[in-house]
Amino acid sequence: MRAEEKPIGSGRLEVRDLSMTLGGKPVLQHVTIDFWPGHVHALIGPNGAGKSTLASTIMGLAGYQDYEGDVLLDGESLREVPVDERARRGITLGWQEPARFEGLLVRDYILAGAKNGSDEKVRDALLRVGLDPERYASRAVDKTLSGGERKRIELASILAMKPRIVLMDEPDSGIDVDALNRIFDAIRDLKARGATVILITHSLTVLKQAEHAFLFCNGKLIDKGSIDRIGRYFENQCLPCDHQDGRESPFPVRES
Amino acid sequence: MSENSTIRALLDSAGLHEPGTDAARVIVHGNRVIGSRLVRGLEVDARETADGIEADISVRGGVRIETPIHMCFGMLPETGKQHIVLRVRMGKGAAASILAHCVFPNALDITHSMDAEIEVGDGADYSYFERHVHGREGGVLVLPKARVRVGENARFKTEFELIKGRVGRIDVDYETHVGPRGVLEMIARISGRGDDRIRISETGILDGEGSRGVLKSHIALRDRARAEIHNRLVANAAHARGHVDCKEIVQDEAAASAIPIVEVNHPKAHVTHEASIGSVDSKQLETLMARGLTEDDAVERIIRGLLG
Ligand SMILES: Nc1ncnc2c1ncn2[C@@H]1O[C@H](COP(=O)(O)OP(=O)(O)OP(=O)(O)O)[C@@H](O)[C@H]1O
Ligand SMILES: [Mg+2]
Repeated sequence: MRAEEKPIGSGRLEVRDLSMTLGGKPVLQHVTIDFWPGHVHALIGPNGAGKSTLASTIMGLAGYQDYEGDVLLDGESLREVPVDERARRGITLGWQEPARFEGLLVRDYILAGAKNGSDEKVRDALLRVGLDPERYASRAVDKTLSGGERKRIELASILAMKPRIVLMDEPDSGIDVDALNRIFDAIRDLKARGATVILITHSLTVLKQAEHAFLFCNGKLIDKGSIDRIGRYFENQCLPCDHQDGRESPFPVRES
Repeated sequence: MSENSTIRALLDSAGLHEPGTDAARVIVHGNRVIGSRLVRGLEVDARETADGIEADISVRGGVRIETPIHMCFGMLPETGKQHIVLRVRMGKGAAASILAHCVFPNALDITHSMDAEIEVGDGADYSYFERHVHGREGGVLVLPKARVRVGENARFKTEFELIKGRVGRIDVDYETHVGPRGVLEMIARISGRGDDRIRISETGILDGEGSRGVLKSHIALRDRARAEIHNRLVANAAHARGHVDCKEIVQDEAAASAIPIVEVNHPKAHVTHEASIGSVDSKQLETLMARGLTEDDAVERIIRGLLG
């Protein structure tokens, strides 16, 4: 660990009895989670389960502020805290589909959240996600980058920010095997620095990077525990599915 | 003021230092050419007129001038008129680029107009970058007009930039005809505020087979500024390809319209367009805010990117 990368303290994130309705549909229902500081967590579950919605709510994005229950950081409610202030308190989010920016250079994008920017920081962040600084630092974060490149550059910008709590929505989507290993290294680095990591994923390989797993379906947290046990979801899909409000499960139930 | 100190004042306002002595340059204050330096193959014939200058600029065939030619048009007083008539001839296979600064740092009521006729010979390569530096009052009426012919296998690129100081009123009117396999790129980047009025009318006519053209207008508006973009790209020959790109970010009480016209008169030609007008994209904004930038800083960065 380098001198500048000393542990960054607590960052206790709690989600308390969180419920949210979007477009008339309950998308989060009474979700309660304690994220352990300095641990890596994974949120899994089928499409539409509410994983990204939970991440957006924790980040405080527009359209995700009308909820019941609470989100707390170090015991303090974030209800009235806007996105940028949440970020300054150390929370950040890597989007499932990162934004494109016409004309904004990779270098400036990476340094947007860094406290004191330098070329060295840009280099370091790009190398950590396996991108050649010579080739990428002066390009724009626009449509000429491939999906995977944009994802990796977004992660580089998160690393440069040195956050306390990182939400990563499907960090592996569009990422090749080699780059995925870099991303796993970066997750380990974040943890080593004491950051709390929350991964959203559909992949068992990514789940295995975590220490705790949370299974969502239909807006509900239906199970949590060790990655080995919760990870069985990937073999069995939703285990006996009683959280579908009486409707038939869309997933095949196979007894193991 | 001596000519030297006028030159220095103009260059200072443009944020420029004395350029290296190997670069060709022409500096025009009001209706006087107060500085010029030529290089081999470049001919400049400038005549003073009542309210400006008339200049013939030519680069001899086959001559490639590597260092950009620097031109500076401007006026230090608060009021006045400057009308520039420019004829540019690029000989066959010649190459040159011009970096022109138009500097009106103290303008309260100045009209700066330019009438340019540009001929880019076959196989020639000509770029013209025009950067405007205005004061805070926006008292400038800018009327740039150009008629351009781009020859076979020739390239013409023009960039118009006004992102420092207030616009005042601006009315850009460019029309370019492109020959076989010629390439055209017209770019305007303008930031308007206060009561600024911006009108851009760019026309590209792709007459030659395999010619290509891009018209790009990126505008950011604040306060009560208004902008109107009329970009028209016409493809008349086989394998002509073009793209029109109008993007406007509008804040406060500003308003903008974009009318991209694409016209294709040959079954083997292809022209596309994209136009977007609106406030700053919310995902871009939230991404930067999720890294800790304030909303204002994030908006500023996004706009700088668009205009950059
Ligand atoms: N702004 C919104 N308005 C209406 N419905 C929404 C909105 N945002 C999300 N939803 C709905 O909420 C549900 C949960 O969506 P969410 O994006 O959180 O799912 P997810 O678990 O991340 O799924 P995926 O694995 O496909 O990414 C979905 O049914 C979605 O259609
Ligand atoms: Mg999702």
